[in-house]
Amino acid sequence: MSGPRTLFDKIWDAHVVERLPDGTCLLYIDRHLVHEVTSPQAFEGLRAAGRRVRRPEATIAVADHNVPTSDRSRGIAEPESRLQVETLEQNVAEFGVPYFPVLDERQGIVHIIGPEQGLSLPGTTIVCGDSHTSTHGALGALAFGIGTSEVEHVLATETLLQKRAKNMRIEVAGQAPAGTTAKDIVLAIIGKIGTAGGTGHVIEFTGDAIRALDMAGRMTVCNMAIEAGARAGLIAPDDTTFDWIKGRPYAPEGADFEAAVRYWRTLPTDPGAAYDRTVTLDAATIAPMVTWGTSPERVAPITGAVPDPAAEPDPAKRAEIARMLTYMGLTPGQKLAEIPIDVVFIGSCTNGRIEDIRAAAAIARGRRVAAGVRALVVPGSGLVKKQAEAEGLDRILTEAGFEWREPGCSMCLGMNPDKLSPGQRAASTSNRNFEGRQGPGGRTHLLSPAMAAAAAIAGHLVDAREFA
Amino acid sequence: MEKFTTLTAIAAPLPLANVDTDKIIPARFLKTIRRSGLGVHLFDTLRYDENGAERPDFVLNQAPYRQAQILIAHENFGCGSSREHAPWALLDFGIRAVIAPDFADIFYNNCFKNGILPIRLPRAVCDALIEDARQGDNARLTIDLAREVVVRPNGEEIAFEIDPFRKHLLLHGLDDIGQTMAHAGAIDAFERNRAAVQPWLPKTTLA
Repeated sequence: MSGPRTLFDKIWDAHVVERLPDGTCLLYIDRHLVHEVTSPQAFEGLRAAGRRVRRPEATIAVADHNVPTSDRSRGIAEPESRLQVETLEQNVAEFGVPYFPVLDERQGIVHIIGPEQGLSLPGTTIVCGDSHTSTHGALGALAFGIGTSEVEHVLATETLLQKRAKNMRIEVAGQAPAGTTAKDIVLAIIGKIGTAGGTGHVIEFTGDAIRALDMAGRMTVCNMAIEAGARAGLIAPDDTTFDWIKGRPYAPEGADFEAAVRYWRTLPTDPGAAYDRTVTLDAATIAPMVTWGTSPERVAPITGAVPDPAAEPDPAKRAEIARMLTYMGLTPGQKLAEIPIDVVFIGSCTNGRIEDIRAAAAIARGRRVAAGVRALVVPGSGLVKKQAEAEGLDRILTEAGFEWREPGCSMCLGMNPDKLSPGQRAASTSNRNFEGRQGPGGRTHLLSPAMAAAAAIAGHLVDAREFA
Repeated sequence: MEKFTTLTAIAAPLPLANVDTDKIIPARFLKTIRRSGLGVHLFDTLRYDENGAERPDFVLNQAPYRQAQILIAHENFGCGSSREHAPWALLDFGIRAVIAPDFADIFYNNCFKNGILPIRLPRAVCDALIEDARQGDNARLTIDLAREVVVRPNGEEIAFEIDPFRKHLLLHGLDDIGQTMAHAGAIDAFERNRAAVQPWLPKTTLA
């Protein structure tokens, strides 16, 4: 293929094993991340067909969705959760797949540990039976979520049958104001293009405000590319990326690392390469954001108010907004910064990295969680937890009244003991505010770690810039 | 996988946009290690109240639609998580086809792996089919995959499009792993070349 190509084009082209007559491609997969929820039926399928795992050395498994975030030394109390984790342990043993056990310090959320261990690298293809696999695109990898049948397909063949996605560029131009974080940027993007805005596309995030983000911020942005409906999110690798990867446990070393960087430098989009669609945002206009509805696209600056459905001309959308406000227990015109909250959750694959915990601790230092608010801080991995403790962040947070937990998916999705009760309202750094996502009847407001920590102190949603 | 050729069945109208996979099957039901048995939890919060009793106003709790094998919805059906439990729950309930203006990518893909046909049709056409479906028992739609048409109760045929490769697998109920295994030689060659060109790609077996 000649002519200027995008970052996505280059990674795609380098992984096509064969092209079928109708354009479907057999795409080679370099890295397969496996967790306990979406893999049991895939391993069962292999067993039933007498197939093996083609490349265990390309695969890594970890339990994250079901694990309790309290003391785990006594195992998992809930029988179904325990069975799912035990099933993973039996499967990895039977099929020879490398595994980080629950009590290993490398255990954590699958999308935190891949990059942390140096297993997620630029220019590679990465899949996992989890939609937030888009996270790894922050390193310049083509990374996307797949279903369980495709998990089985990758385990058996190290490939996937795929149609090439379209190229979309989202440029976040200029410089983000002080107090505007990566989470605010990505929420603003989803608010602009909608939850189906990226359907059928791989989004490359570009622009000065993206380039200025550290790797944690870039992972937050790519993590939520799926909430914009995109097949994957990508950010071109640069020195920020290479410096971050260097020295990680599985990353190439010495001359190998130098050879890898030489290749990685060829990956960014060529000048003049065409995108099917381009959207531009001005970073200077992005304030700290918070969602008010039950879809991530229903988002507004914290300085704003709950919208009035009557102002929506489309009757179907009007009904949708009215339904959301009923579920969320909000009234039109209510100021977002006056909404009281019951629970604060800081963690998840979106915001469970050390930088996120530092941001929360910076707000919490010397302050107290408001009476009646339960505030959880859940590190994304055992190594994030260890690092935070070495920096004394756990003490700052616990002295302020936050709970300091063990790593896992926790309250992001209500599959483990951390969940909301019906009617409870959470300020959450996670990625989805769907009805019941954090527990049946639970109400979720998505926001950044700084905004979540500030809400914990104030007892209501609040502009974190007031706490700077 | 069960093949999909033609289907004549009751269609259930679900005129909602952005039906996410948490709505189709909430996360608390994902703790299974099997594919079957999820139909009872399909659309759990829409279908049952806090005490587990059926909500009579939800379409799948109404007489003709309990037998529905086709679902018609609005934009962005299946958005959110990659959980294949969503198509498994639909299939276990008896749904073999979903018609909507568009679908989230991962859900769309997952349907084909389970013998469910997702059909994209313009919003106005979906709304017309939803009106047909509201006639309940008296209105059955026919889907003919080979001819790529939906036949309305009045006999009108509506054409839809589908990838030839996916259509082939669905029409014959083929396991795509078996198809890919036929390309093992090409995969071997690709892997050998990759190992030679990028020997620094780390293995998970070596810490």
